[in-house]
Formats: sequence, C-alpha cells, structure tokens
Amino acid sequence: MPKITYIDSAGTARSVNAEVGSTVMENAIKNGIPGIEAECGGACACATCHVYVDEAWREKTGEPSPMEEDMLDFGYDVRANSRLSCQIKVTEDLDGLVVRTPERQA
Amino acid sequence: MTEPIKTDILIIGAGPIGLFAVFELGLLDMKTHLIDILDKPGGQCAELYPDKPIYDIPGVPKCTGASLVDSLMAQIKPFGPVFHLTEMVQSIERIGEPAFRITTDAGKIFETKVVVIAAGGGSFQPKRPPIPGIEAYEDKSVHYAVRKMDVFKGKRILIVGGGDSALDWTLNLAPLASHLTLVHRRQEFRAAPDSVNKMLALAKDGKIDFVLGQVSAVEGEGGQLKTAIVKRNDGSSVAIACEAMLPFFGLTMKLGPVANWGLKLDNDLIVVDTEKFETSAPGIFAIGDINTYPGKLKLILCGFHEAALMAQKAHRYVFPDKKLTFQYTTSSTSLQKKLGVT
Ligand SMILES: Cc1cc2nc3c(=O)[nH]c(=O)nc-3n(C[C@H](O)[C@H](O)[C@H](O)COP(=O)(O)OP(=O)(O)OC[C@H]3O[C@@H](n4cnc5c(N)ncnc54)[C@H](O)[C@@H]3O)c2cc1C
Ligand code: FES
Repeated sequence: MPKITYIDSAGTARSVNAEVGSTVMENAIKNGIPGIEAECGGACACATCHVYVDEAWREKTGEPSPMEEDMLDFGYDVRANSRLSCQIKVTEDLDGLVVRTPERQA
Repeated sequence: MTEPIKTDILIIGAGPIGLFAVFELGLLDMKTHLIDILDKPGGQCAELYPDKPIYDIPGVPKCTGASLVDSLMAQIKPFGPVFHLTEMVQSIERIGEPAFRITTDAGKIFETKVVVIAAGGGSFQPKRPPIPGIEAYEDKSVHYAVRKMDVFKGKRILIVGGGDSALDWTLNLAPLASHLTLVHRRQEFRAAPDSVNKMLALAKDGKIDFVLGQVSAVEGEGGQLKTAIVKRNDGSSVAIACEAMLPFFGLTMKLGPVANWGLKLDNDLIVVDTEKFETSAPGIFAIGDINTYPGKLKLILCGFHEAALMAQKAHRYVFPDKKLTFQYTTSSTSLQKKLGVT
C-alpha cells in the first residue's frame, strides 16, 4: 500500500498506509490526522481539506481542475502547490507522497 | 400592520425535505407555504452541489443536486405550494392549540395551524474569510453584504473575492468610492464574463486597482479598519489603506434564529420523536438534517420518510374531525385526482 505523509503547520509528520483508489483526504480522516476538516465529505464543495503538495511530488499529483481552482478561492493562504486533498486519488505512483496542512482551514 | 397570510402548514426551509413534505401534506389535503433565505428552492442540493452526482435516492440510480430539485418541484406542482424566497424566519409565537404566528425579516406575517421546520444545517449566511482577528471589525468596517450603498460614499474600499458578488459590487461601488481595490488570488474569475471585462476596463483606466493576491492580515483600531495586508502571489506583501472591506467568500450554513424558538435542542439539532417527528412543542415538527433522534442519519432518503410520518400527525391538527384512511397513489382514485393524473 502506498505511504502518505502529512506534515502539520508545527512540523509534526504523520504517515499512513493508503489504499489505491481512495483519496488523500479520506486517509487523513480515517486515521484522525489533524489539520484536515473535510466538511463536505469530499465533494469539492467546502475547501476545508486544503493541503500543500511537497514540491518533489507536484508533477505526479498534477494540477487542480478548474472546479477545484474555483473552490480553492475560499481557502486560506493558497499557494502555487495548493490542492484540495479530496481531489487527489491515491495511486501506486504516489507511494511516499508528502503533503503539508495549512495553519488553518477555511 | 400587514395582513397575516393564512395557511394550514408553514414550512421553514425549501431544501429537498421541505419540498417533499409539500407532497406528503398535499396528498392529505393540507395547503403549504414555504420560506427560505436562499433565492431558489433546493437547500444544500441547489446551493452547495447542483452539478454533483447523488447515487442513493431510492429508485433513482443517479441524479444531480439540481436534477433532484427539478424533479421534486415537478412532483409537488399539483399542490400549488407558495414560495417566499430570500426571507428568513425570525420568530414563532404560539397563538392557539395549535396555531402559530410566524414573522420573517422582510416583515411578512403568517398565521398557520402547524409549523414544519425543515431548516437543514441552518440558514445560509456569508462565510467569514479565514483572516486572523477579522471578527473585531465585522459590522463596523467589514461588511459581508451591502444594504445601503450610501454608507460607502467617499470611502476607501477593499473588495475581496472572485465571484459574481465581488465583481458586481466592484462595478457598483467604484463610482461612489474615493478609492477602490479589488483583491483576488488569480486571473480567472467565477463570475459573468461581461462583469469581468467591465472590471478589467476600469482597472486599465486607473479607476480602480486590481491586485492579485490574498488578504493575510488586517490592522485598525476600535473596529475601524485602517490597513489590509495583501500577500501577492510572488510572496511579497503590500499594505493597502482602506476604511471599509467587503469580503465575498461564498455561503456557509449557520443555525441562526432556530436556536431562539424555545425548542429542546441537542448539539444544535432539534430533538424529535420517531413516530411523528414532533418537537418538544406540540404542533411544531422538525424533519431532515435539522432534527436528531437515536440512529439519525443525515440522508435525503431519511428526511423523506420523516416527512411522510409527520404528515399523518399534522393532519390530525389541521382536520381534527376527519378520519385518515391509508391509500396508495397507484390505486386510489381520490389521490390520483389530487395529483391531476385521472
Ligand atoms: C456536498 C454534499 C453532498 C451530499 N451528498 C448526499 C448524497 O449523496 N445523498 C444524500 O442522501 N445526502 C447527501 N448530502 C446531504 C443532503 O444534501 C442533506 O441531507 C439534505 O440537503 C438535507 O435536506 P434538508 O431539506 O433537511 O436541508 P437543507 O438542504 O439544508 O435545506 C434547508 C433550507 O432551510 C433554509 N433555512 C434554514 N433556516 C431558515 C430560516 N430561519 N429562515 C428561512 N430559511 C431557513 C436554508 O436556507 C436551506 O435552504 C450531501 C450534502 C453535501 C453538502
Ligand atoms: S472535503 Fe470538501 S472540498 Fe475536499
């Protein structure tokens, strides 16, 4: 199973084993990772699952869709590497993925 | 005083559950009025996820938020529900056993035999942007809506956001303001292309400033805003002097006035029984996402079930002398007549 590491705004890292086909958000919620709220349950309708994708992984996770960009407008401190974690699907290619959670969610 | 509007049933909230309640009540001959703070029926389905798929409506393998609302509207059409949109129910006052007087923020007054609260996650209200300390300025110099344009005359205004509200108010307030800055985090907007072009023309002519970035902090004193710090996309920061700020970050659901109606609550949800879905106040029912009981699931299908059982008890309040007989829409000519299908 691919491993995902979440680093919170204070620098604490937490790693989980994620099922292929699930989303980066779902694995955070399932494992009680702090810093991700996911109010809308993954429908790309709330922007409370905002993460920063580690630069080394940006190419593999890809760019946000136009719908996701619209939703990111409601995030806090949105950067070039910002994504909504409910829109990142776990694949074998993403084994080792590192994402950081922002200081606060929208 | 305005003449009260009289009805059998007043439904607070025109989300999917409020809409389906019209159907179940209508089959039992009860007339309904619905009030919702949104400018359209459909609640969360219409406001939060109109284009997203739903897979768990019984008998409907796939629909979208918007198509579900359209179908519900078609289904309840025969019963002629009356909608009062962009109005918030403020108070409920008991005037009989049961009978209630309901007042909205638009000053409308209703007199109804039964109240059905289908208020979902609460009323939709503007979202507070995640800017530290912004609360201290709200209603004084930070506004989430424009009630009177005059308030902004001659002021230095900062508008934040990239949707239709942000663009519309930029265009409307630009001629009034002493200076206006629009801040949005990217070149693309979620607004009518025509408004975007007009805004860009104003910026080109130097009539307004358009800054690409995000407000990261606000500074001021005693609720009066003086400066907003905008973080540009290249990482640099700029301080923008402003006396008023209008952030447009979409809508979120807040419980709102529901909390003040004297009903028994548990964690901001209305406690009901599971036989009739009646609240602690006889004659007031609560169905859909707003209620709670052992085993409650916030699903549309659960709300539909609650609406059907609620209607049985409501019938006893509205027509105390009439006896209810159980009928199927498939076979009952009297039900089919009400639906206009015979
Ligand atoms: C992204 C997303 C996906 C979902 N997917 C599914 C799914 O697949 N299947 C499923 O079953 N459910 C799903 N849901 C949940 C479903 O949308 C809700 O269960 C449903 O909307 C509840 O309907 P409701 O009528 O009780 O309340 P709502 O839809 O919340 O409507 C309540 C209405 O009441 C109004 N209101 C509240 N207070 C007042 C007041 N004082 N005055 C005037 N108006 C007021 C509000 O403005 C609102 O329009 C999803 C929800 C979200 C956010
Ligand atoms: S969980 Fe709501 S947008 Fe991702």
